[in-house]
Amino acid sequence: MELKEDIRLMKGNEAMAEAAIQAGMDAYFGYPITPQSEVLEYLTREVPNRTGIALQAESEVAAINMVYGAAGAGARVWTSSSSPGWSLMQEGVSYIAAAELPCLLVNVNRGGPGLGTIQPSQGDYFQATKGGGHGDYHLLVLAPNSVQEMADFVFLGFELAEKYRTPVMMLSDGAIGQMMEKVTFHKREIVKSAKPWATTGKTEDRERNIITTLFIQPEKMEIVNIHLNAKYEEIKKNEVRYEEIETKDAEYLLVAYGLSARISHKVVILAREKGIKLGLLRPITLWPYPSDVLFKLADQVKGMMTVELNAGQMVEDVRLAVNGKVKVGHYGRMGGIIPSPEEVEENLEKFIKTL
Amino acid sequence: MLNEEIIIAGFGGQGVLSMGQTLGYAAMVEGKNVSWMPSYGPEMRGGTANCITIVSDSTISSPIVSRFDTGILLNQPSMEKFESRIKPGGIIVYESTNILHASDRKDIGVYAIPASDEANKLHNIKIANMILLGAFLEKKPVVSIEGVMEALKKVLPERYHNLLPINRQALEVGAELMRKAQ
Repeated sequence: MELKEDIRLMKGNEAMAEAAIQAGMDAYFGYPITPQSEVLEYLTREVPNRTGIALQAESEVAAINMVYGAAGAGARVWTSSSSPGWSLMQEGVSYIAAAELPCLLVNVNRGGPGLGTIQPSQGDYFQATKGGGHGDYHLLVLAPNSVQEMADFVFLGFELAEKYRTPVMMLSDGAIGQMMEKVTFHKREIVKSAKPWATTGKTEDRERNIITTLFIQPEKMEIVNIHLNAKYEEIKKNEVRYEEIETKDAEYLLVAYGLSARISHKVVILAREKGIKLGLLRPITLWPYPSDVLFKLADQVKGMMTVELNAGQMVEDVRLAVNGKVKVGHYGRMGGIIPSPEEVEENLEKFIKTL
Repeated sequence: MLNEEIIIAGFGGQGVLSMGQTLGYAAMVEGKNVSWMPSYGPEMRGGTANCITIVSDSTISSPIVSRFDTGILLNQPSMEKFESRIKPGGIIVYESTNILHASDRKDIGVYAIPASDEANKLHNIKIANMILLGAFLEKKPVVSIEGVMEALKKVLPERYHNLLPINRQALEVGAELMRKAQ
């Protein structure tokens, strides 16, 4: 019974760490916090015999600034944290976005606000998609819903970050981080793009490379802003990702990402057993958001309901996307509580009655 | 179609989480899909622990479910918490050395397995969980004993491979107890 491919049973956090090593990471800087401490544990165990540097910083603030420095020097670098720790990093994230430095940033979302709980939550959706730090910037946000995607999106994240010279974020949650599933690691060639802008020491044949986020004259700052936004428009055009489940004949639609999408998939099965024609739209990129497909589906379905582990955050983006064409409801649990598929299905039926 | 949703619950230290993991590895070795979702948090340290393990030959939708095909229950609080959440037609396999008041539901199969007593007879209390796993697999062979052994070879560091025979023995004792319990 030898396995032909490299298939393993791993926690999401471990799969992500293994993927980063296989993706040729140069460095990881982080500070432990539940529910993602396995990342640092795994890396400090594996990295000495393999590739890169894994370093426990003295705080999240230090870790993100180490990422800033290493990314500026052209390293393939990443960090991970969970909600309160991720909040601490926001100043650095804003700087990294302004300096246009590629890196991968992971938030394994737990219950909040404040120190909160250590159980799964999606309460950081606004923070991830609307800018957690200051200023006019966006992160490209990927939302994995399985252990396999925790691994795959590390490869994808590094690629996209380097392609657009922008920080890419993975927004996961405590359940996807802690659960074990089968994960396949495919043999891949590591492609690292050239980084002629990196501050690795001036050579005689070129000008100095300067990485800064201070543009004290407003005219110069605005040029930077315009440039950043042109890049974001490009990302919006090219990088929207989503998955449609049973949408073809759907009369009602759930919209959910991450763990909620897994639960909602089961809700689709339960509802269809009862004769309710339910579909699921799963945004894979939370920014850019799959607004166009929702706008189209709004002509087909009688109502949409988001399922989120929060008080109702992504529901605002769905409402923006459908622009009043259909009613959009929300069902969520908070604080680290996870709704059962049956509970969501019951609330879907209540929602349908209001249409 | 195979889609077995299992809750394994007991005190921390009874091997609840590792039982689910071993089952998961075995399912993976046999080419099936698997998800293993632990309860995690402060309650794990000395308190109750549980994990939801799903074995399926198709895609697993939600890794978190509230109703189960099988409960493998190792202490009284788990019996009280999960007995009502077993689907009609499902089964409970329970540790009857620890659990004095079992479910009296008539629409499910309830099987008493004195796993700790039998583990003591084998001079290793730590393998009580494997006895329960063996009992469960006798009733519902979602993976083979060979699959479990293959999984243990992968999970256990090589210095513990001397424990493989006693694990096999435990699985077989569990299967025998289940045959008697039916």
